[in-house]
Amino acid sequence: MRRSWMLIPLVLFVLLLALFMKTLNDKKTQQDLAIDPSALPSALIGKPVPDFALPSLDEPGRIISQDDFKGQVALINVWATWCPTCRAEHSFFNKLAEQGVVIHGVNYKDNSEAARRWLDELGNPYQLNVEDPQGSLGVNLGVYGAPETFLVDTAGVIHYKYIGAVDDRVWNDELGPRYQALLDRAGQEAQP
Amino acid sequence: MSRRIWLVLLVLLAPMALAAIDTYDFETEEQRKRFYAISSELRCPKCQNQNIADSDAPIATDLRREVHRMLGEGRSNREIVDFMVERYGEFVRYKPALTPATMVLWFAPAAMLLGGFVFLLVLLRRRQRALRASATQHLSKDEQQRLQSLLEREEDA
Repeated sequence: MRRSWMLIPLVLFVLLLALFMKTLNDKKTQQDLAIDPSALPSALIGKPVPDFALPSLDEPGRIISQDDFKGQVALINVWATWCPTCRAEHSFFNKLAEQGVVIHGVNYKDNSEAARRWLDELGNPYQLNVEDPQGSLGVNLGVYGAPETFLVDTAGVIHYKYIGAVDDRVWNDELGPRYQALLDRAGQEAQP
Repeated sequence: MSRRIWLVLLVLLAPMALAAIDTYDFETEEQRKRFYAISSELRCPKCQNQNIADSDAPIATDLRREVHRMLGEGRSNREIVDFMVERYGEFVRYKPALTPATMVLWFAPAAMLLGGFVFLLVLLRRRQRALRASATQHLSKDEQQRLQSLLEREEDA
């Protein structure tokens, strides 16, 4: 009779094991826990783009602030010439810009000379391009690498963040529908 | 011989090369200590198994710079950690905050230890009681009488 008491730790252990196995294999929890180590959820979703005042990369003398991002639904792409993945996604952004998608750039911890040359060579999909040589805006945006792409609404509030190269699949599955939803909402708000 | 000494020296010095090196000036020794305490408690978002004190990733350098800047502005440890959490999420804490969601994390080990001790205590008590009871009970009535008489005879002699 007393023997059965001794089994309690074993039973608890097996239950825990089952819980862990289930959690590890569960798709949703995997996303929530960000088991994919490259993708951390952004702490800034639902918050406005942080305050900043930094020079423009391609308009000499102009200072850009968070207010310049307001007024249109837009993507904010954090990029740099030292980042090979940024090169990979650049042509896709060119294509998106041609389709009328509003894209702003944050040139993150880069050499501005090299950055301007890169835009001359590869094309410039960005409407505004912020120069962030120290990565100070990057820190306030919770950026920890490039490329990262934020989706903001007309009030400059961040709705989504994608880490890694944006391509057809990412646009169709993740960014595009959200962008469209924000556009629709902005349209409805503007009409009445 | 001197070569051997060199080798030993190199091996001893090697661990020092692991920590990232910046040159920061601090107003007080206390600030310097706090800088190391905070930056070893913050997790680097890029290289996720290192704290920002050990990591050489560019983002860790930036975050150390921010910690240093905020220390200079006289902000408290808590304010600095909150600043990081606001930007990078709870993820950056190596020491998670005490919230309803992390209760289990903080208290489960102590509770389990306590539970283990209680379990052990109950088990020992029971065994002791059983032993005490069985010490005499395993003899039959006749045997107990015989034992009693044997003991009495011993006393008489």
